[in-house]
Amino acid sequence: MLRIPCPHCGERDYTEFRYAGDASKVRPKHGTDDVKTWHDFVFLFDNPKGPHREYWQHVLGCRQWLVLERNTATNEVMGAVLARTREAS
Amino acid sequence: MSRAPSRLPAGGRIDRNQPVTFTLEGRQYSGYAGDTLASALLANGISLVARSFKYHRPRGFIAAGVEEPNGLFTLGTGGRTTPNVPGTTIELHAGLVAARQNGFPSIEFDLMAVNQWFAPVLGAGFYYKTFMGPRRGSWMFYEPFIRRAAGLGAGTYERDPDRYETAHAYTDVLVVGAGPAGLAAARAAGLAGARVLLVEQDFLAGGSLLSAPVDSGEAEWCAQVVAELARMPNVQVRLRTTAFGLYDGNTVGLVERRDALRPDPERGEAREVLTTARAGSIVLATGAYERPLVFGDNDRPGIVLAGAAETYANRYGVLLGRQAVVLTNNDRAWTSALALAAQGSAVTVVEQRQTVDASLLASAEAAKVAVMLGGRAKYALGGKHVEGVVVAAGSREVRLHCDLLCMSGGFAPVVHLSSHTGIKPLYRADIDAFVPGGHAATHASAGAANGTLDGWAAIIEGHDAGVRAVGGDAAAAVSSPALPAGPVHRYALQPVPVPELPPRGKAFIDFQGDVGLKDVHVAHQEGYVSVEHLKRYTTLGMGTDQGKTSNINAIGVMANLRSLSVPATGTTTFRPPFSPLTVGALAGRAVGHHFRPIRRSPLHDWHVANGATLIEAGPWLRAWFYSWAGSTAASAYIEEMKLVRCGVGIADVSSLGKIDVQGPDAAEFLNRVYVNGFAKLPVGKARYGVMLNDDATVLDDGTTARFGETRYFMTTTTAQAAEVMSHLEFLLQTAWPELNVAVTSLTDQWAGMSVAGPKAREALALALPGIDLADGTLPHMGVREVEFEGVPLRILRLSFSGELAYELYVPADYGIALWEHVLKAAEPLGIRPYGLEALASLRIEKGHAAGLELDHRTTLDDLGLGKMASREKAFVGRELRLRPELQAPERWSLVGIECLEDGARLRGGAILFAAGEPVKGHGRGYITSVTWSIELGKYIALGLYDGGLRHEGEEIVCAFPLKGEQVRARIVSPIFIDAKGERLHV
Amino acid sequence: MTERYSALALARHALTGAPWERAWRAAEPRKSYDVVIIGGGGHGLATAYYLAKNHGITNVAVIEKSYIGSGNVGRNTTLIRSNYQMPGNTQFFEHSLQLWEGLSHELNYNAMVSQRGQIVLAHSPSQLDVVARKGNTMLLNGIDSELLDRGDVMRLLPYLDYSKDCRFPIYGGIIQRRAGTVRHDAVAWGYARAASNLGVDIIENCEVTGFVRDGERITGVETTKGRVLAGRTGIAVAGHTSAVAAMAGLRLPVESHILQAFVTEPIKPFVHHVISFGAELFYISQSDKGGLVFGGHIDGFNTYTQRGQLPKIQTVAECAVALIPGISRLRLLRHWGGIQDMTPDGSPFIGRTPLRDLYLNGGWCYQGFKATPASGWCFAHTIAHEDEHPLVRHMRLDRFERGNGLDEYGLGLWTYRQ
Repeated sequence: MLRIPCPHCGERDYTEFRYAGDASKVRPKHGTDDVKTWHDFVFLFDNPKGPHREYWQHVLGCRQWLVLERNTATNEVMGAVLARTREAS
Repeated sequence: MSRAPSRLPAGGRIDRNQPVTFTLEGRQYSGYAGDTLASALLANGISLVARSFKYHRPRGFIAAGVEEPNGLFTLGTGGRTTPNVPGTTIELHAGLVAARQNGFPSIEFDLMAVNQWFAPVLGAGFYYKTFMGPRRGSWMFYEPFIRRAAGLGAGTYERDPDRYETAHAYTDVLVVGAGPAGLAAARAAGLAGARVLLVEQDFLAGGSLLSAPVDSGEAEWCAQVVAELARMPNVQVRLRTTAFGLYDGNTVGLVERRDALRPDPERGEAREVLTTARAGSIVLATGAYERPLVFGDNDRPGIVLAGAAETYANRYGVLLGRQAVVLTNNDRAWTSALALAAQGSAVTVVEQRQTVDASLLASAEAAKVAVMLGGRAKYALGGKHVEGVVVAAGSREVRLHCDLLCMSGGFAPVVHLSSHTGIKPLYRADIDAFVPGGHAATHASAGAANGTLDGWAAIIEGHDAGVRAVGGDAAAAVSSPALPAGPVHRYALQPVPVPELPPRGKAFIDFQGDVGLKDVHVAHQEGYVSVEHLKRYTTLGMGTDQGKTSNINAIGVMANLRSLSVPATGTTTFRPPFSPLTVGALAGRAVGHHFRPIRRSPLHDWHVANGATLIEAGPWLRAWFYSWAGSTAASAYIEEMKLVRCGVGIADVSSLGKIDVQGPDAAEFLNRVYVNGFAKLPVGKARYGVMLNDDATVLDDGTTARFGETRYFMTTTTAQAAEVMSHLEFLLQTAWPELNVAVTSLTDQWAGMSVAGPKAREALALALPGIDLADGTLPHMGVREVEFEGVPLRILRLSFSGELAYELYVPADYGIALWEHVLKAAEPLGIRPYGLEALASLRIEKGHAAGLELDHRTTLDDLGLGKMASREKAFVGRELRLRPELQAPERWSLVGIECLEDGARLRGGAILFAAGEPVKGHGRGYITSVTWSIELGKYIALGLYDGGLRHEGEEIVCAFPLKGEQVRARIVSPIFIDAKGERLHV
Repeated sequence: MTERYSALALARHALTGAPWERAWRAAEPRKSYDVVIIGGGGHGLATAYYLAKNHGITNVAVIEKSYIGSGNVGRNTTLIRSNYQMPGNTQFFEHSLQLWEGLSHELNYNAMVSQRGQIVLAHSPSQLDVVARKGNTMLLNGIDSELLDRGDVMRLLPYLDYSKDCRFPIYGGIIQRRAGTVRHDAVAWGYARAASNLGVDIIENCEVTGFVRDGERITGVETTKGRVLAGRTGIAVAGHTSAVAAMAGLRLPVESHILQAFVTEPIKPFVHHVISFGAELFYISQSDKGGLVFGGHIDGFNTYTQRGQLPKIQTVAECAVALIPGISRLRLLRHWGGIQDMTPDGSPFIGRTPLRDLYLNGGWCYQGFKATPASGWCFAHTIAHEDEHPLVRHMRLDRFERGNGLDEYGLGLWTYRQ
């Protein structure tokens, strides 16, 4: 059972969360009108075997979106921060 | 074949005061509490307990535990029929009903044993080389015979009458296995103050200690530690509980099997309980299996693992033979030989080594155990029971008569759980076995599981592991347990030489799969040399025992054939579950109507009490149609549609997603997520909006009302409510954290109902006197927040059906009250409820896309809504919507379809073709939704069609070849009624 | 030319005790090949076979990191079918099914192609419309399909849950009688043997560690057994497509996910078809050995660990019992995971890449196994002709730039992630 350290709620089973993939990519600024930029953002992935920063939402808890760091080769979890604070920093 | 009863007059861990009666194939037998089915059968002289998978050779038990490959039984009757359970794992209990498997007509006399004569043809992988002719597809002729011959026991189609539970556990230290190492580990961790969970698959704690005589030092030690654990409130010991898998996040799957406690489902008692245990640290003290030896006809009943014979004698008081030969390569098996001798067997030890420790020879001599050094078995004698063994000692060949042949090729640690984490086991040459290849920081193995097979080292190692699992000074200060009194057993061995093809008989490696030494040779010849190829090609290790006794022998043979070392040859991957796991236990209580949670509207009880037929709609149960309108959906929905088109009806729309959107930037936020403009939506008005995904497919549509400068009330479709909520939160928290907006789901907080029909305003005037609903005050798309009898009420004048309609929202607890009030107050107008079928049909007439039109593939333009997209502002999905193929004129897009044939009907899923073109291929589109139109008096439909409304007016063919139908129809506007929307503005 | 397999050959060997030849030659890499295929799984081996058989290109190496068939061809639930509705998919998967039908004969290796029929169940009227669209499309493309009402399903599969207590009642379904199962490992071995026979080198335990580049052109691969030059190079490494493509500097629309599969202990014949539950993603059949083989949804997050999460195992078991209540009593023998490429639209890629002489076959999501023969057939054609085979033109890598994603199941972008 993958366990996710929610900064608000503590360590919880991953089944309380919803996954949304690679969080290392930077979403184009709202209004960016270049189709290629959006295409690459939406469709292309590094998909690394190793450390991976990824979005999870604690849907059955605080409903916050987190950025979790996890090793995709081992599923080892390194830690999580709130996406909101990550984006602000 | 029945042999003489073999229960010893005394001894063992059975309760002779508690006889237990059980049934085997209709005949009653007796055993004692504390027996397993295996020990009880053996005590009754039944040693032929199975027929093998392929050759139907007679087989007996070779083990006394979970590793047993042969003695599988079908338990129970009716819905409780359970095939393939090893008799060695079944705790004997009153009423147990068992049957042996895989013999026709019986185990004693099995006609299928003729397969043995064809063994030369039926070697490894033979089926890949034949059954191909005479034609393509001939396999379909052979397959039923193969299928019937394969399989072991038979399952039942009957519903399982038993109950299963799932549970969760959290503990500081989880110890798996209550043998010497596990007991010591649990004791240490417990004394250090940690919360400890000790699990043991057996119904007694003690592990290998249980095989020692009940009056021995080992037994005493075991009893003392078990009692010590029982006194510690922070230590929980769970027997009959298997740790079946070690998963990520320090999670272990546990299953407790309670069959022997005879659980009563009527009283809510579970047959099995599956626990997901999360532990701070995990100590694996899972023990070791004895390795069988590979020689000719080594599968005869009466040939058993040496330790198993010892266990049957000491634990169950069952002596398997009066004249025993013990074949061994290691010191431990001498203890087994002595145990048999102590119970009265005439024992000969055939030891592979030329020299052994003098103390072994001395104790053998003292016990009158004959010894032959430097001897190895060539082949066994006997048919349905072993009668002897031919042994080679140097150049001599000796024939030894026996009725019990014990074998021991050393011990193989149980490395399953540590391997579940993906760590490959490591070969240790000194014990000729694989040990755990490493551990995560919070895991450890101890005792035999770790390859520590020598004397009491397992206890010390277990203790240390328990201390380390807790950590800190307090743990380090915990005193070690006293060691058992009595002789210390050393473990020394000489690796078993690679077996040679025997001069006589078949030498089996995997007993259950009937995979022999010869088969491994064949696999090697043909190039299936990787251990995984070997396994998959020969089925070695694929049986219900998952190769617990066979893998190591097979690897040794293959390594030798390839001239590689054992570690270079490698092992196959150990997969959970450790031992077979009841599917029902995994399903737990999520069976029957509890399979998935049911979402019910706050009005649900009213619907049920008032003649609604319900239908599953995703997780929801919704009112499909009401009995006032008819007895089937097909007839009732038309009456309900008439009600709305001609009078007034009320429908439950509580399942719609409802989201409160608030904050200074709420307008800007909505403006970004909807394709159309929301910035200028005035307070008191609602607007229909469409949201796109980043890739420009439609995410959802719905209506959002503005109740204040910074306060909005969004509705979503039922299906996408959760998706939209997460989407909004994602954007706010990750993409636009600078926007000051809060979103809150209110779906469950508000009941929603739609009052629709030309008489809707009249109806509400009766129901809500004093609330001004005049067109001037509350025009189409107008919204109001009011109080009605002290209850907050939101009125949104919007329409899904195309008629004058109002959506009313009240706090969920007042849902039924308001609903009943409206029905009662407007009764003079003939108001009645209408259901989901009518809701969905009314919207088809009005051309609202929903359901299968919003199929995650359609774009805004596909739905004919492209003109909604604002050119003034950016919105999610704007850019990727402009990709060339999404703008292609031949995209399949929304059209209306009217039936041109009287008496014919349109059907959802019909494929559309232009009139006159060949009806084949993928066509030009398909029908998504169909209804009978009461206004038009014909079947109408919505569909997606190549080029969409550019073909308006053209005739098409709706093909439904599954029913052999082709129906003529015409492409029309999807808005079938009131194209100008006059009914909405009255 | 190796000895042909037949009942007669079996008897001859049984009588004489003569050893069998190796099924495929053990090969070490030569300096250069006309074509190098990276990945000795089903797709890679099939590609090599059809390169040799259909296009006469026999100077081919298949380079496999581990043993052949060690990836998804040996980890799937063995289903074959051609019940696809999207233009392009229908024809491609039907071509695959037709190749399956003749495969044992073609390869002289019994892959136990069992056309026992697959039933797709519908649990609501609108779901029945969805499967009807599929069935109609199949019939209109010359593929067998039949509509089943609830009564038909009850007669065909009397052991499903039809009780009042059932959470998602069965309204009907469709059956494709030509669909079924195949002995999965035999597919890899059969293609390997047949390809080897035609001169293809199958090189096991050899890992590709990089590409040899000449500007925008790929001219070979670096391996743990040295540099191997190649006229053209094909990638067929499902599960690890991103990693191999990254060595060539390519970034792909792929995430690697784990799909678990399950098998019970062997029992006497119990489930006689392939059944797809409609309430959730769940499918079940019975192997010839007797085990019930089933699977469900992917775990839902990127991972390269070949082990699944316990809650998903429970979810799948719940589906099994919901569909067939009698399964409750049976016992799960093994569960395992395979790493599968997931793409935004759930459909694969076969074709050219932005780099010359480098070809990509991947992104198969749930459908890799059933596609194996046609994938090999079309990929071989694509490599041989330097142009996509007509049956795979809709599977091009650049389809998201143009906006024609291929969402067969209408699941939407990345929705498999949870």
